[in-house]
Formats: sequence, structure tokens, C-alpha cells
Amino acid sequence: MPSITKPLIPLSPLPKNDLGLTIRDYEGQMSTLCAGCGHDSVTAAIVHAFWELSTPPHMIAKLSGIGCSSKTPTYFVRGAHGFNSAHGRMVPIATGAIAANRELTYIGISGDGDSLSIGLGHLMHGIRRNVKMVYIIENNGVYGLTKGQMSASADVGSRPKKGEPNRLAPIDPVTTALSLGATFIARSFSGDKEQLVPILKAAIAHNGFALIDVISPCVTFNDHEGSTKSYKFTRDHEVKEVETDFVPIRAEIHAKIPSDGATEVTMHDGSVVRFRSVPEGYDPHDRMKVQEYIRDRESRGEIVTGLLYVEEDVKELHEMNGTPAGALAKVPFSSLCPGAAELTSMQEDFR
Amino acid sequence: MAIDEALDQRTQVNDFAIKLANVNGTGSASANSLLMQAIFRMGIPVSGKNLFPSNIQGLPTWYEIRVNKTGYTARALSYDLVVAMNSQTYAQDIDDVRRGGYLIYDSSWPLDPDLERDDVTFLGIPLAKMCLENFKAPRERILMKNVAYAGAVVALLGIDVTLVADLLAETFAKNEALRDSNQRALRLGYDFAMENLTCPLPFYVEPMDANSNAILINGNLATALGCLYAGATVAGWYPITPATAVMDNFIALCARYRRETVVSDDPNVPDTTRNNYLIIQAEDEIASIGMVLGAGWSGARAFTSTSGPGISLMNELLGLAYYTEIPAVIVDVQRTGPSTGMPTRTQQADIMMCAYASHGDTKHIALYPANPNECFDFAVSSFDLAEQFQTPVFLLSDLDIGMNDWVVPELHWDDSYVWDRGPVLSDEDLSRMSEFFRYDSENEDFVAARTLPGSDEKGAYFIRGSGHDKYGRYTENPPDYQEVVDRLKKKHAAAAPHVPAPVVERRDGAKIGVITIGSCDLAVREALEELADAGLPADYMRIRGFPFVDDVRQFVDEHEHCFVVEQNRDAQLRSLIAIETGVSTEKMHPVLAYGGFPLSAQQVVENVLAKLEN
Repeated sequence: MPSITKPLIPLSPLPKNDLGLTIRDYEGQMSTLCAGCGHDSVTAAIVHAFWELSTPPHMIAKLSGIGCSSKTPTYFVRGAHGFNSAHGRMVPIATGAIAANRELTYIGISGDGDSLSIGLGHLMHGIRRNVKMVYIIENNGVYGLTKGQMSASADVGSRPKKGEPNRLAPIDPVTTALSLGATFIARSFSGDKEQLVPILKAAIAHNGFALIDVISPCVTFNDHEGSTKSYKFTRDHEVKEVETDFVPIRAEIHAKIPSDGATEVTMHDGSVVRFRSVPEGYDPHDRMKVQEYIRDRESRGEIVTGLLYVEEDVKELHEMNGTPAGALAKVPFSSLCPGAAELTSMQEDFR
Repeated sequence: MAIDEALDQRTQVNDFAIKLANVNGTGSASANSLLMQAIFRMGIPVSGKNLFPSNIQGLPTWYEIRVNKTGYTARALSYDLVVAMNSQTYAQDIDDVRRGGYLIYDSSWPLDPDLERDDVTFLGIPLAKMCLENFKAPRERILMKNVAYAGAVVALLGIDVTLVADLLAETFAKNEALRDSNQRALRLGYDFAMENLTCPLPFYVEPMDANSNAILINGNLATALGCLYAGATVAGWYPITPATAVMDNFIALCARYRRETVVSDDPNVPDTTRNNYLIIQAEDEIASIGMVLGAGWSGARAFTSTSGPGISLMNELLGLAYYTEIPAVIVDVQRTGPSTGMPTRTQQADIMMCAYASHGDTKHIALYPANPNECFDFAVSSFDLAEQFQTPVFLLSDLDIGMNDWVVPELHWDDSYVWDRGPVLSDEDLSRMSEFFRYDSENEDFVAARTLPGSDEKGAYFIRGSGHDKYGRYTENPPDYQEVVDRLKKKHAAAAPHVPAPVVERRDGAKIGVITIGSCDLAVREALEELADAGLPADYMRIRGFPFVDDVRQFVDEHEHCFVVEQNRDAQLRSLIAIETGVSTEKMHPVLAYGGFPLSAQQVVENVLAKLEN
């Protein structure tokens, strides 16, 4: 029964955003995931981010592939247009939708099976094309809907509930994306909404493909002793040295952020991402250094989270192709069809 | 060489076939099409078929030209003249000349006496020697050999040499050096033939006026033009022979016709160009169709072009498009399968796969053009049908149509054309509704109105490939699930009168019927003419769209015997007709040609006669 309408309990007075909407207006159907599932926390963070940014719900397109993670778009922003596609194929479908109509804000929800196995090729090419969308991997190291098989993100030695420990090296979406030239890379933890919400807001503002790997424990199949994607393991090994704030455009005038020399990145739409604290020598624009830092921490068994890399002056798909500022789907037929006279004259060359 | 006097030396004006045997990658293609184009310009019905290998350089390749004053320009299997420029295939090429025919070879080197035939006239021309003496650059010496033999053929067939010279001048208008070399080479061959050989041969050309309203065009260009004119703005594709040129042409056409200059208001800011299209070379065919679906969902006219292997990969998402009801146009330029098969050879072997592509109960709309004209017209219809019926539509061309140049009537466009976007709700429409459900309000064709992303919240819904009810909600409930798939079946059937109708031609006294599809058209018509001459008049039906109208069933019912002519091993069209109309396969005798070369009338006649004898 995965579509249960959420009861709207009036808890007045709820604060309203710039559009006069409450957070309830950004919610979706009742979740049918297991109680305690990390994915539900990600959903809550998404609801918050969109509400805080006052994005008109109908101007959001939410897409997904197949898997537990891919069910979640029904659980947020019911007024948004949604597309639950096929396993691993969300990126091409999103790419086509974005090609046709760049006016919407696109958010894709995927899982580690969807993104790192069946859809890995598409993910890489979405990064390569710098398609302007937020791409979230709800990463739990396990196939939930098919009941507990290890996924490609499972760490060596990580033990499934039943059977032998995993012996294969994991595919890490963050370091993979770094090597592919991704322009926005973050890692977060579903249990840390405070960190995730500003990252989401920055990702929405980003002019290109924004990848967020969210460690999101599976309470049913991968939250036990011996798992490296459990709540406990993640809390014990997380390193939060890279911390950011997101300053939306309109708040800029009012907010008084002390100028303490922290790195600031002005996003394409004018909003600002402030790196509140970074480790010494860390530069979120330096791909090599970021890679080195993550690898170094990883070798010590630590999981680095935060907005790790951002590059804002790269053209996204439409800019690279010189398309109109509005939706291609709305270009009138008269601008598309050369007409009968032109067909006749063109055929002079076919004789 | 001695000639058997009894051999056929009748005069044939504008009625003969020639075959040119070459090594691929040596520049022969342009010389060969030059000959074809010159005959076209003389107003004579002509065809050129390129029989080429899946290779870049060094393997055998052939080009066949059929000249036929009545317009029967399907492939001929009997060659009056063979130009043998490939020593690797001498034996086969010499064997291909009809008794009493002629063979041109390069006499710079002696011919193996074992290869000689006394029923064929061998015309030796020292092509390599002539080019060695007249050209300096090694590459030029190879390239110009082609133009030199073309010059000899021009003389031997009575082709207007001034016209050929003009064509060369047009082709090399921007390159003086190349123009001069080509003109010199043409003259070398032409003069040699005029001085040393009897010109013309017993078969030759004379100017006609059959092409005043005709053009020379290949199907892939015509398809691309159709997509341009239909208003397609988004395309996803992956390179594959023989479909690549559809997108190459679409890219070139968009660059020419879809670029708008945006004049800058600020004198300090330069004007910019705006491209009213976005074409993405995808990572594979799965992504190609995925992009088409995303764009179709969002309201753009979108398409992909591919061949059989690509359709195989697209199967999963084709089912998604069918079930979620998203418009999509898929151009399939069919090649020889299964698997990699023979990528540069033609076939019609994707009929079944496209009709039912994807797992589960799926049925698609398919259009079957027979020539470049229909590629153009049907490409436009494909987009209308896709949006009208909110479903994938296949345009099934093939390598013969797609990659060969055809002489066809000029393409026509009607400026009063209005694109049919199908039932799409605007925000205004939504405001008048109390509630919107995606699959609820079906029209007379069983199509429910949709909304596009970005429309008012009231029109927002969650499209899903998982089980859904008519409200678009997830369901695992049998009646709710069945209600939707039953409507889809009715919707597919409702498309029958909207796809191009079958072409039916009846003959007096016909007892048998011949059914065919796509590029078989010309060969089958020619065969019917021959059968009628032999006292076997037959009615003709060419299927042009799927689902079938009832006329298809009636045609089979009306005839005691029907023959179904198609280019695949398993008689796929015959099976599809039987499955969909309920007529018995026993009434439909398969006539099959599936070796990879275009169909010839001779194959049809022989097959039909053999079957009638049994």
C-alpha cells in the first residue's frame, strides 16, 4: 500500500515562507518505508530545503529510478511533478526532461544499487554533461527491496545479515565523481539534518550536476554489528571538518555574517555558500587536494562528510548548447518549421 | 575476343543494369554516384545501390546502377556491363556478367586467361597506366582511376559528357585543383573509349523527360527532414550503421534552419545565437530512448534514430513509455540481424520486435515507409501519432531506403499543417476542473488528457512504470490494474484508421493476392507486371502501418492464395497479420529474401511460380 495520503493535522500557527506556504505544503504521501529508515530523514531534509527556499512546488520535478530510495519522491512536495522511472535509468530521463524544459528545478533520488551498479554509466555521463540537477544517492550499501544483497558501495569486510562478508572493493560515488570532473560533490548522513539541509540548498542553487551521497542506513538489512553503513558505525567514524552555511540571495541583505576570512562561493543565482570551517590547507576548489584529503581519511577508517567540492564557473548542458533561456518545449512551431517555400528551394540541390 | 553471334546483342535504350566492383576506401563511391546522377539529369528513371562492407578500407564493395524507362528500378540480378576494378573479386565479377554482356577491366596488367569467357566482351582500358602518366601524387593516381573509368562508361553508354563535366564542376566548385584533376581524368577515360572502343554499346541512354519533378535523395536525409519539419526539438542518439546519417543530417539541418540570432539591445554586447534544438549523443541506446522519454514527458517533440541492436537495448524503456503513455518517436533503419549480423546489409527483420517491443503485454504503433518520400511524410505522421496517442511510434525504414540515393517525386510541405499535440491540459483547463487524474478522462480514442511538468499544482502527478490505476495511483489490485491495460489495448486498436492506409491495386482477373511491405515495393510491382504478362494477374497490397485496418483481413479473405513478400527469414509480416487479424497462415505463402541485398523482381517471380507449381 505505498500510497497513503498523509493526514493533515492542523498545527497552527505554522510559519510561512515567502510564498505563504507552510512546511506541510511541501510534504507528500505517507512513507511506507520501514520505521527508522534513513531515507525518511532525507525526505524530511528535502521538504525543509524547498520550503526554506520558497521554491514553487509546481516548478519542481522529482525523479527516481527503482528501489527503496526511488519510492521516496512520493513522500515529498506533493505539488511537484514526479517521474518514477526504471532501474538505473533516471539520469537519461531527467536529461531529456531538462533538455525540453529548463525552467523547472530538478531533483533526482537514487540509491546505491540504482546509481553504482545498473545506472553507473548513466550517472557518469550525467556528470560529464553537467546536467543541471540535484542528484541524491541514498546510500545504505544494500539492496533493500530484494531483501538484503550487498551493493557496490559495501565496504570490504562489511557483513550482510546472512552470508559471507563482502570481499569486493566499494565504488565510492564521491571519489568517482571527483575523478569524472563533477562540479558539485557532497557527502552527508541522513541522521544529520543540520548538515544536510544547507548542502541541499546549495545543490539546488548550483549551476550543474550536484551530487550528494547521503549515508542512509537500512534498519532492516544493514544496521547490524559488522555493517559499515549502520547508524552506529557512521556516527562513530564520521569526520565533519568541512562545514558550510548557505546564504540565499534575498537573505543576503539582512543576514550579518561576520567576515572571518572563510571561503565563500557565489552560486550562479547569486546565493552564497560559506565554508564555515575547513581543515587547514583544504581548498574546496582543488580537485586533487580534496581527493587526497578524502583518501587519507578513508585510510584511517573515517568517513568525511560535508560539501566537499564545488566549481561554479563551468557551463551546464544548456549553456554548452546555446539553447533558449526558456523551455525548448515552448518554442512555437513557426520558429521550428522552415516551411514549404524553403523545402522547394532546398530541393534544388537534390537534382 | 570471339563473340558467339547467337548471343543477345539487341539494342536496349534506357533499359539495362551495370555493376561496378571496387575496393572500399579508394574513392570509387563518388565516381559511381556521378554516373547515376548524370543519368538522372538526363531525365531517365534510374537507381543506384551501394552494396558495401562493414569496413573502412580494403574490402570488396559494389555499386549497381539500374536504368529502366518504365521506372522499375529495383535491383536487377542480370548485368549488361560490369566494371571490374577489384582484382580480389575478378572471378565473381566476371561471372556476374550476363551472356552477351560486357566487362571493363584495367588492362595495365594482363588478365589471367583462366578468367576469360567467350560469351562476354572484355574491354581493357589501361587505367592505372594512364593515371600514372598523367598524375603525380600517389593518392591522386588512385583516386583519378575511378573518374577515368567513369569517363569510359560515359562514352560507352552514351551519357552526355558535358553534363558530367558540369556535375564535376559543381561538386568541386570550391577546389580548383581537384576540379581540374577530375576533369582531366574524365577526359582520359572518355577519349580512350571513344578512340579505341565501339561507342556506344548495344545498350545505352537517350535523354527522356521522366525526372522534371523528381529529386535524388536517400531515406535518411528525408527522415531527418521530416523530423525537422515536424518540429522535433530534442533528440538522443548513439552512432549505429545504417541509422547514423539520420542524426548527422538532422544536426546539419538544425544548424542551418534552427539557429536564431538574438539581437543585443546593448551596443557593447555582441548579438548571440540561439539554438532551437538540443541533440545529445548518448552513452548508449538505453540513454537515447530515456532522453526521448524525458523530453516527451515534458512536452517536446523528441526522437531517436537507431537500428535493430539499438531497439533490443531500448526494450525496457519502450515498455515504460507504453505503460506510462509518453509520446516518443523511434526511427529504426533496419539492417541484417540477428546480433551484430551484417551491419551494412539490408533486411526487414525488426517487424515483430517493434510491434511488441518490451516485456509484458505491449503493442506499438509502427509505420513502414517504402521510399524517401514516405520517410519524410511518415516521420511527420509519427510525431502526430505519438502525441495524439501518447505512446511510442516506430518508423521502420531500412538500409536500402536509408542509405541509397533514390529518384522520387519532390517532397511536399503544406504550410497549413498544424501539429497535433494530443490532449494536453493547460492551467486554464485545470482551473475549470475540480480534480485532475492522469488516466481518467479518456477521449473517443481511449487517450486520457495529460499535463506537462511545470503546470499548476492541480495537474501534478507521479508518473510510474509500476502498477497503477486510472487515477495514476500505485496499485496491486487486479481490477484496477486490468482496467488500465485493457484501455491501452483499445487505444492501440483505435490508432488503426490513423496510420497510413495500405496501398491496394487490383488487376482484372486476379485470383491471387500479393502482400508486401516497405522497400519491397518496386521489386514486387515489377514482378506483378511480369506475372501478369505470363498470364497470372495478381492484386497488390502494401502494408504501411500497424495496427492494421480491417482492409488487411479482407484482402486476405478475398483471395484464395496470398503471397507475402518480405525481407526476413521468419515471415514476420505474415505472422503479424495472422496474429492480429486472425486469418490463417495457410492462406498466406511466404516469399522471403533475406541475404542482405535489396530485393529484385526476379526473386519474387521465381518464388511465386515455384510455390504455385507445388
